Amino acid sequence: MNTPAHVQSLDLSARFPGAIHPDTRPGYSGWLVENANLLEYAIALRDEFGYDYLSSITAVDYLPEGKMEVVYHVYKTTGGAGLVFKVQVPRVDPIEVPSLVSIYPGAELQEREAWDLFGIKFTGHPDLRRIFMWEGFAGHPMRKDWHEPYFEEEGKPFKSRWPEGQLVMAESKNLYADNIAYPHGFNPASQTFDSEKALYDSLQIYQKEEIGLDTDHIIVNMGPQHPSTHGVFRVAVVLDGEQIVNLKPVMGYLHRNHEKIGERNTFIMNMPYTDRLDYLASMSNNFGYALAIEKLMNVKPTERSEYIRIIMAEMTRISNHLFLIGTLLNDLGAYFTPMLYALEERELILDIFEAVAGSRMMCNYFRFGGVARDFPEGVLQKIKDLFFERFPRKIEEIDRFLSENEIIRSRGIGQGVLTAEDAIKYSAAGPFLRASGIPYDVRRAEPYSIYDRFEFDVVVRSNGDIYDRLMVRFDEIRQSIRIIQQAVKGLPDGPVMALKPMYQVRVPPGEAYGRVEGPKGELGFYVISNGKPNPWRYHVRAPSFINLTSFGPICIGQKVADLVGVLGSIDIVLGEVDR
Amino acid sequence: MEQNGLNSPEYEIPPELKAQVAITSLDKIYNWGRSASVWPLMFGLACCAIEMICAAASRYDIARFGMEIMRPSPRQSDLMIVSGTVTKKMIPVIVRLYNQMPEPKYVLSMGACASGGGPFKEGYNVVSGVDKFIPVDVYVPGCPPTPQALLNGLMKVQEKIRGEPIKTARWYKKGPDLAEIPVPMLGPDLIDPRKITLIQNGDKN
Repeated sequence: MNTPAHVQSLDLSARFPGAIHPDTRPGYSGWLVENANLLEYAIALRDEFGYDYLSSITAVDYLPEGKMEVVYHVYKTTGGAGLVFKVQVPRVDPIEVPSLVSIYPGAELQEREAWDLFGIKFTGHPDLRRIFMWEGFAGHPMRKDWHEPYFEEEGKPFKSRWPEGQLVMAESKNLYADNIAYPHGFNPASQTFDSEKALYDSLQIYQKEEIGLDTDHIIVNMGPQHPSTHGVFRVAVVLDGEQIVNLKPVMGYLHRNHEKIGERNTFIMNMPYTDRLDYLASMSNNFGYALAIEKLMNVKPTERSEYIRIIMAEMTRISNHLFLIGTLLNDLGAYFTPMLYALEERELILDIFEAVAGSRMMCNYFRFGGVARDFPEGVLQKIKDLFFERFPRKIEEIDRFLSENEIIRSRGIGQGVLTAEDAIKYSAAGPFLRASGIPYDVRRAEPYSIYDRFEFDVVVRSNGDIYDRLMVRFDEIRQSIRIIQQAVKGLPDGPVMALKPMYQVRVPPGEAYGRVEGPKGELGFYVISNGKPNPWRYHVRAPSFINLTSFGPICIGQKVADLVGVLGSIDIVLGEVDR
Repeated sequence: MEQNGLNSPEYEIPPELKAQVAITSLDKIYNWGRSASVWPLMFGLACCAIEMICAAASRYDIARFGMEIMRPSPRQSDLMIVSGTVTKKMIPVIVRLYNQMPEPKYVLSMGACASGGGPFKEGYNVVSGVDKFIPVDVYVPGCPPTPQALLNGLMKVQEKIRGEPIKTARWYKKGPDLAEIPVPMLGPDLIDPRKITLIQNGDKN
């Protein structure tokens, strides 16, 4: 049911006899690859079959079967459907899987994430440290047999809350009256803690230049409290004078356990949580999650709701890009004035969200099979006024003010360049990828929903510098306005929900990967259901997280002052980076 | 000035001086000055920070309250707006920032997460409310609170400032209030130095 024929098409089992088997579990697709043949297989995929883009790596803990599985999703940057392959290893420590960093460097941060949360050792990984939790944290929290301090039950709804509602505070059940737990016999007074040592050790590994004066290098920490890191992001840089010689992003300061909580939640409960991933683009996150679950449930949304979804997703893209234009200009030195112009327009979009969904930012608007409610009276007229009249004018106005500005041009052009090859290599996505000259847009490469009915251009720029990334955003806003205009014109009448409203949905067993072109890039939701009310695995392929893989390489060699601009132009949101 | 309640009515002011002279108490004029120039720390944690930025931007315009100067340095700020989920990895930084702020300082906990963990309370890396570590003056509910709600919270902070007499102000006194808050450590889990004996005895009980 969930196995589209094309996913099964590339059959390499004849070439690697005995090493590759089709995944025949009901509802699953793709290939199971033997651990020993993984590297060979990946090289063949990349070099001979054109699967040059590693989209997502994640792990799944099959506790009852005693297996740990690593799931890879690869795509072709020329477009088309992807390929899923998996490696299964016995669930006995040490769990070891060969690292794919040498083949797909975009795997670096994702493999670190799998190590941190699942304890899978990727042999050959250049810098396998914990990424979200600190060094020294006890256990690998996403394992199914690891329980958080406030653990109640495996899945919601908890018996303590429903149906009787005998609610007690979580603190009262914990030994320390707090969200903490320690290993047995732990004595804090007898030891010192240094969670930073591994980071500083890994910062010391870089190519030292032998030419010129021998100067001391200094380490500078930027963040987690810094006005231009867009949240609680931290960068540790090694400087030679003004020049960056090594850089490591440090994250996890907003790691709020989205996936662990998501696996306790029922399927529909996760919808409001997706809002809080990329909190500047909640409608897009809803979209991706709804698509993944609809794939599993085999539900088709109604015609009207499809159009409403497109309108909402494109409005989200515009509001996100407006926010980016404001913050990037802040970072480039135009303190707050462009931000005021951009936010003025963004507020108008938020007004529509508030009228439609009831909340400005956390919309929680999509449902499986449609959207939560229809447009209230007057909203459609408001959208028409905005996108046929005001926005096309205002975007040109902002563009006119900014793009010819001398400071923006000199701080943007030629700075922080990411070449096309590197962009693919490091699995960059979204506007960040398209600014480097790769015309890859999920809306065109693998159209979802009804994007194939609309006329729009895939925006692309060729230089891959800060200025081009800014310009790509302007162009994308123009294209989004085009899509909204077409969608508003074609909006049919009819119901907005394909299913009856339900307290809980029934999701058949299987796996699904729903991906959308979010404002930051390819946003994917990998969900595994085992027929129970809660997902067995719920993983988010977060574009801002994976875009940061190339942050180090593009900054090395730049001046430290440009670091802020480069980070701003990548467009990260910490809710999504750390999840 | 009369609208602000600054001018005390119990003294007679000659009618010819009414336009030039105001008589007030030191408390009132001092607190009026402080409450009209609260500088928040430019410090965003999560989703709520976006609404905080919106409150500072075109439509809601925090500058009307004398608060538009957000300082990125804790040394120059009076008010910490804890805007978002506080994680275990972040709390040592927040405590350190709080310790670095000069008195008189205020903390506004913005949103459900900062006030009590919110929707992420059960998460293994989430602190159930910033008030487990630093004292909070005003809580603003919401997920996220709208900019209007934040402005209302800021007005509550101003109200609180106006109600503090200098004589008993805690930052002019010596006492436990002024002691620095011990910075939590990151061990196998978050370690609050104030709870060390509890942790040592934890397993035995």
